[in-house]
Amino acid sequence: MADTITPELFDYLVELAALELASDEAEYLRHQLNQQLTAIRELERIAVPDDIPAAAHGVPFTAAARPALRADEPVPSDLALALLSGSPDSDDGYFIVPEIQHQDL
Amino acid sequence: MTLSLPLPDQPAHAIAESVRTGAVSARAVVEATLARIDAVDGRRPSTSPGPDDPENSRRVHAYISLQAEQALERADAIDAQVARGEDPGPLAGVPLSVKDIFCVAGTPSTAASRMLEHFVAPYTATPIARLQAAGAIAIGKVNLDEYAYGSSTESSAFQPATRNPWNANCVPGGSSGGSAASVAAGEATLSVGTDTAGSIRQPAAFCGVVGLKPTYGRVSRYGLIAFGSSLDCPGPVTRTARDAALALQAMAGADPHDSTAAALPVPDYSRGLDQGVRGLRIGLSPDYFRIRYPDPTTGEIRDTELPPEIVAATRAAAEALARAGAEIVEDVPLPNTSFGIPVYFVISRVEAASNLHRFDGVKYGHRTQQTIRDLRDMYRKSRGEGFGRQPKLRILMGMYVSGAQYASQYYQRALRVRTLIRRDFESVFDPQGAYRLNALLTPTTPTTAFEIGAVYGNSVLMQYADLLAVNANHAGIPALSMPGGFDAGGLPIGVQLFGADWDEATLLRIAHTFETLTADAAWRSRRPLALTQ
Repeated sequence: MADTITPELFDYLVELAALELASDEAEYLRHQLNQQLTAIRELERIAVPDDIPAAAHGVPFTAAARPALRADEPVPSDLALALLSGSPDSDDGYFIVPEIQHQDL
Repeated sequence: MTLSLPLPDQPAHAIAESVRTGAVSARAVVEATLARIDAVDGRRPSTSPGPDDPENSRRVHAYISLQAEQALERADAIDAQVARGEDPGPLAGVPLSVKDIFCVAGTPSTAASRMLEHFVAPYTATPIARLQAAGAIAIGKVNLDEYAYGSSTESSAFQPATRNPWNANCVPGGSSGGSAASVAAGEATLSVGTDTAGSIRQPAAFCGVVGLKPTYGRVSRYGLIAFGSSLDCPGPVTRTARDAALALQAMAGADPHDSTAAALPVPDYSRGLDQGVRGLRIGLSPDYFRIRYPDPTTGEIRDTELPPEIVAATRAAAEALARAGAEIVEDVPLPNTSFGIPVYFVISRVEAASNLHRFDGVKYGHRTQQTIRDLRDMYRKSRGEGFGRQPKLRILMGMYVSGAQYASQYYQRALRVRTLIRRDFESVFDPQGAYRLNALLTPTTPTTAFEIGAVYGNSVLMQYADLLAVNANHAGIPALSMPGGFDAGGLPIGVQLFGADWDEATLLRIAHTFETLTADAAWRSRRPLALTQ
């Protein structure tokens, strides 16, 4: 059976995923994706009536289980500096990133 | 306290009782646990491990990092509380290992990924904070599959990966492999893992300990590095059901930091443990004994029977519970559950891909040191270097099956089959239905622990290790794995219980009863090889 995820489609997905891959790694990943699709195609064996809705979660979010929304009020946090200290590059409360090239949309 | 057992092998409830009464100091408990780690764990895993040596190849390697100094300070603080006549909590002095997918303030919180190798968490996850508030003492962070993506712990960027304490040539399961192995080997009395498709229960089965996946929403996910946000459940790994009850008691409940943590009352999980199982209806389903499973050689997915030893252990558990008064209900149909893994292949990948987009080399985590052209080039290089193969696979599959041109074929269809799986369980647990079950009894895993390297690299076969566990995550229901015996090779067999929404108490009650019924069985006296070498 021909691969569903061809090298061209794979390259497109890699670009979307913002990944840079070594060539041997890319071949392994593409092969595994096609293997996984074989398992996913098991879903074609089951009849799904049209009135079956999609489930975004298992347990129903009943009114009793759902916590009340908290008030939409700002709360001071002392975590900001600690969070920034985890950044690879920050300065004076800002994350530093490389120049963002201008693109005409 | 059970006098015949060394401190690291005592159950949590016995340790806490001794510490609270002053019979044993928390410092003595922590020191004994650190000594056990020193004896059995071997060298710490790292991202640049070098070659393994014969001595270390027999060790457990559960911990990525130890917080020994902080643990001893915390133990002294608890002992001071006891001296002042204060109650340090129901888990006083209980050594706790934490799957390194949870943020714990001031500790490296790596998710077993190069991406987060140097990340130090600025705050503590709710389940861990609650266990600490109940008196548990965090000893260190334990290994896992990278970002919890796996079923053997082999995909960790921190090598050597954890080994099975019962046989060092075998995997401990995953993704909470470090959790299960550390508890089995007495390197912790209690561990917190996460379960997205069986990642608490499968390693618990492989390592001969108890693993509980609570109902989705019973335990807050705040501070958990997310994998599949509609599936992830933090839960305890322990050596007894009573300890699992104590741990869940501390962890459970609403949390203002997590809107999916249910605002429901938390029952007293310990109170009903000794009520026995008389009158409980426990189901057995043929759909959990004859399975669709990949042929290890050809990869073809076909109908097959479970190994006889695993079937026998499950049947033996049912018979023991029947003798204690439970009503065993045979032939319970769960016809859609055989699609659990294909559904999971789709849903979990979409959610994982979404969650992994936050790792961009900007806010936290790895940033490339290569020369870069622009921001997008930095993203691609940072993510290419920081992620291992499993995260990359999940991102790519998630992008594919949720793409606009493929979503109805894959993602939308998987979500609708998830509804059918949920309905299977609703039907058998319905108090007015034909089956009116209090619990389902199944094997936890299709095999016992497999050899290191035997499955790793085959992402389909590895995923099917979760075949019998995954549907609890799709349905959101609670599930528990408990030791049920051993195979001919001396490896533990796990037996699993599924329950109705929010009814962890019944599962803990059945598991505790089963422990009591089998307390004198010869297999209960076995000890992991890691403790005898």
